[in-house]
Amino acid sequence: MKDVSFGQFYPVNSFVHRLDPRLKIVFLIAYIVAIFLATNFYELAACALVLLLIVFFARIPIGKVLRAVRGVTFLVLFTTALNLLFYKGDTVYWEWGIFCVSFEGIIFSVFLALRLVLLVVCSSMLTYTTTPVSLTDGVESLLTPLKWIRIPVHALALVMSIALRMIPVLMDETSRIKNAQMARGADFESGNIIKRVKATIPILVPLLLSALRRADELGDAMDARCYTGGDHRTKYKKLRFTWRDLVAFLLGAALIAGVVLMRIYLPASY
Amino acid sequence: MRIVAEHLSYTYNPRSPFETAALKDVSLTIEEGEFFGIIGHTGSGKSTFVQHLNGLLRLPSSMKKYRPKKPKKGQTLPPKTVLTVGEFDLTDKKTDFRALRRSVGMVFQYPEYQLFAETVAEDVAFGLKNFSETKLSEEETAAAVRAALEVVGLDYEEMKDKSPFDLSGGQKRRVAIAGVIVTRPEVLVLDEPAAGLDPLGKREIMELLHKLHREWCRTVIIVSHDMDEISENCTRAAVFSEGTVRYVLPPRELFCHAQELTAMGLDVPLTAKLVSLLHERGIDIECDFTAADFCEKVLAYAAAHPKKERDEGGEA
Repeated sequence: MKDVSFGQFYPVNSFVHRLDPRLKIVFLIAYIVAIFLATNFYELAACALVLLLIVFFARIPIGKVLRAVRGVTFLVLFTTALNLLFYKGDTVYWEWGIFCVSFEGIIFSVFLALRLVLLVVCSSMLTYTTTPVSLTDGVESLLTPLKWIRIPVHALALVMSIALRMIPVLMDETSRIKNAQMARGADFESGNIIKRVKATIPILVPLLLSALRRADELGDAMDARCYTGGDHRTKYKKLRFTWRDLVAFLLGAALIAGVVLMRIYLPASY
Repeated sequence: MRIVAEHLSYTYNPRSPFETAALKDVSLTIEEGEFFGIIGHTGSGKSTFVQHLNGLLRLPSSMKKYRPKKPKKGQTLPPKTVLTVGEFDLTDKKTDFRALRRSVGMVFQYPEYQLFAETVAEDVAFGLKNFSETKLSEEETAAAVRAALEVVGLDYEEMKDKSPFDLSGGQKRRVAIAGVIVTRPEVLVLDEPAAGLDPLGKREIMELLHKLHREWCRTVIIVSHDMDEISENCTRAAVFSEGTVRYVLPPRELFCHAQELTAMGLDVPLTAKLVSLLHERGIDIECDFTAADFCEKVLAYAAAHPKKERDEGGEA
């Protein structure tokens, strides 16, 4: 259980770690837009190159990055297979009923798989390099305009930070309960699918109970410290925009501009 | 079952920034029939050690890779890791871990949080059903559950159809312990069995463990950071500190190292403190550090000495 690392902060001190979380969030959004704007392999390669640079500057080991991808292997394979079989291209290699494999289909499904992988790696880079607290601060700060139309931004940010904070806690809890049930002879690895689903009940029931208990305790603890919400609260760490952020911002802007320019000036082919 | 561990090491999250060495070259032998105590501060590796005993934590299977057959020039081979529980060799991948878990019962910290079934009887029978090779008849199951519930001091007829979530904290813990001992393990390991209980509940749990040790499981191992608990109950105790074993001694000898224990962040039992206070005032009392024995010896001392001499020590 301990090696489920998707979305967990990875504590090293790097250029990317010290960036302003707001910038990282905006950059992530821009990056995702860029991935989806890209329609040929040149543009996707440009995106991948930028991501590689980010991974390099964030000093995250490659194994860790790949592990994030491993979590979505099934999704990637599934979408690739679907596209491969259903994409209606011109150069057909094989056809059977509604299924057909074509040259364009292969290209398209590979393209989509790459897109998904980039998407996952990029989003996990955000959570690897940003602590939950600063991520929440960033989201809250970015969503400030919504306050004017009476959306409780602070509460939303709080919900998000608690949810993120609880992931490792519940992971720990899961492995503890799993161990305890394994010591009582529970078997989670063998049997058919129905048997396996049934085998998770001894984990899920105690886990749910403990999550509810924790929520209750946390609520009490917040009450006991007179927590009432957003207004008039000051921040321990103020977000500041520094030269690093400027550099990163320019790079990000260059990427988007690059992809857009490529779209305009390069012939639209694979 | 005799438990032998030699040169046992364990590292959590190896080769990552979260890397922590929980056990460093631990060697420890626990004889059959002992009521063994494992004491240590938080993070001393005591829980990690006991989780090895029923194979929940395994020795890294790639260990052979790091252990060349022949030493390179000028290097000595690291000592071979040994971990056996009775007949089971835990360094061997082919060991039947199910059979091992059946013989080594493990009660985790706050075991009441692992209850899940709709009725107490069902929850207690969970381990029984998992471990049995053949399908047990209803009568057999009921008989085993009844025996387990009764030995932990609960009434079978009253309890069996209740939801485990409607019970009190102490009752829940008893039900959870019953759910582990129902398969009659030879070794029973308990991680902080008395954590979070009031003094009366603590005493009751300890009495229960002695009863289990007499009637049910040959060997009982408890993990604790409470010195009084260990000194009152165990035949021998191992002190863990920072992933290594510092001492393995009977409690009364252990507390001759009071200063070292304090330095490790452990408390010495109340009786040991009183003995050393009395010693400072010139009254030497030899006792085995259980409260009952201490009182007896003090009273004997008081009776043997005239009133004038015992102005300060007598009231203890």
